[in-house]
Amino acid sequence: MLRPFTLHRPETAEEACALLAGLGEEAAAYAGGTELLLMMKLGLLRPRHLVDVKRIRGFGDIGLEPLSGRRLTIGAAVTHRAVEQSALVRARCPLVSSVARHVANVRVRNVGTVGGNLAFADPHSDLATLFLTLDASVELLSPRGRRELPLDDFVRGPWETSRASDELLGSVTLTPWASDTAAAYVKFGVHERPTLAVAAALRLDGTTGAGRNGRDRIVEARVAVGCVSLKPVRMAAAEARLTDLSIGDLDDAARAAADAAAAGVDPADDLYGSADYKREMVAVFVGRALRIAAARARGAESAARFPHTVVA
Amino acid sequence: MTIRLVVNGRPRDLEVAPHALLLDVLRDTLDLKGAKRSCDTQVCGACTVLVDGLAVSACTYLAVEADGRSVLTVEGLADGESLHPLQRAFVEAGAVQCGFCTSGMLLTAKAMLAENRTPTRDDVLHYLRGSLCRCTGYRKIVDAVLAAAETAR
Repeated sequence: MLRPFTLHRPETAEEACALLAGLGEEAAAYAGGTELLLMMKLGLLRPRHLVDVKRIRGFGDIGLEPLSGRRLTIGAAVTHRAVEQSALVRARCPLVSSVARHVANVRVRNVGTVGGNLAFADPHSDLATLFLTLDASVELLSPRGRRELPLDDFVRGPWETSRASDELLGSVTLTPWASDTAAAYVKFGVHERPTLAVAAALRLDGTTGAGRNGRDRIVEARVAVGCVSLKPVRMAAAEARLTDLSIGDLDDAARAAADAAAAGVDPADDLYGSADYKREMVAVFVGRALRIAAARARGAESAARFPHTVVA
Repeated sequence: MTIRLVVNGRPRDLEVAPHALLLDVLRDTLDLKGAKRSCDTQVCGACTVLVDGLAVSACTYLAVEADGRSVLTVEGLADGESLHPLQRAFVEAGAVQCGFCTSGMLLTAKAMLAENRTPTRDDVLHYLRGSLCRCTGYRKIVDAVLAAAETAR
């Protein structure tokens, strides 16, 4: 049962921002409601006004950023299903399509939005973890104007962002990897939300599958771990251990990188397991994600299957 | 707020509060008890209905969102006394035990078959992830969905 509220349905971002600014803490932006309505049912949030952002022009769009013509912009009210089905996303950021297919369950994907997912900053967010490896930035709109923030600065901690109460999340913009990048997203868990998630991307000095024509040096590695620390994090120490290696040497390096990642997370004991367990699992799954990405770099799909694990 | 929608093929004009959940409107206003309230957090799938063909959790979906849309509940699946092919397949495969999850399973399967007429076992498992059954162990449910897909071909 929900407490009564007034529903506003602005058609422009200006109107929505004015409502949020005027109503202050009494108002909440509302899109799919898959997170907000749950919090309201539990009484954790008690907004007296919901500002529906789904009718705002552009909020449901996916397109290339006009300035660069290369970066991919996803409107805040785009559903996970729309991301999964977008030909543009598949062409520019194929791993984002694959991960969208595995967010929560089909009912949440049909209704839940990219903006809602990021704005709620659930530490178990699939998108936030993956988007860290895509140099994501978010657009915040307010009566004071527009600002763009790196995703890592936007998400501050569990359910906490640097969004001011009069600001509206308008879109997220991703920087697609170079075409010679092999990547994998692996998540593990037995609950509705994953226990941990790893995004790994390896850029080689040739086209993907370059291992076959001799150019197989890893020129850049990106590794992000979600669910385990207070927010999803890029693992710089692990990335450093992978850079400038031959893909053929990845097996040994993956072990070192996995240990570095495990040392770099800040887990806590909770429903998902003890801190020690999670640290151990980070090492295991960073290793697995890297090996899957390396197999893809060689033009192969790893046949390995792991229990309670989704590989995207 | 006044909403105009189609429920199981029948046009309806309803007066609903903004905070009314679709599940309550279906169960209490329209007396359609097929969708169940269970986890109330979009985890279990017992409240699944189709809105314009897409599976949603009616427990966490505002009724006003259904304005101008078409809602299908399990009560709208059969054609009179004649069961929907998915319902028949569930009966034949023994995919129904206590029956609590069945309406959600049927509607989720219907949404899947509308998108993918030739699903593999993995496709069915993927789509039904988040539809929980505590009786059957899922095997017979998946068998039933695959059998219904086969019949429809």
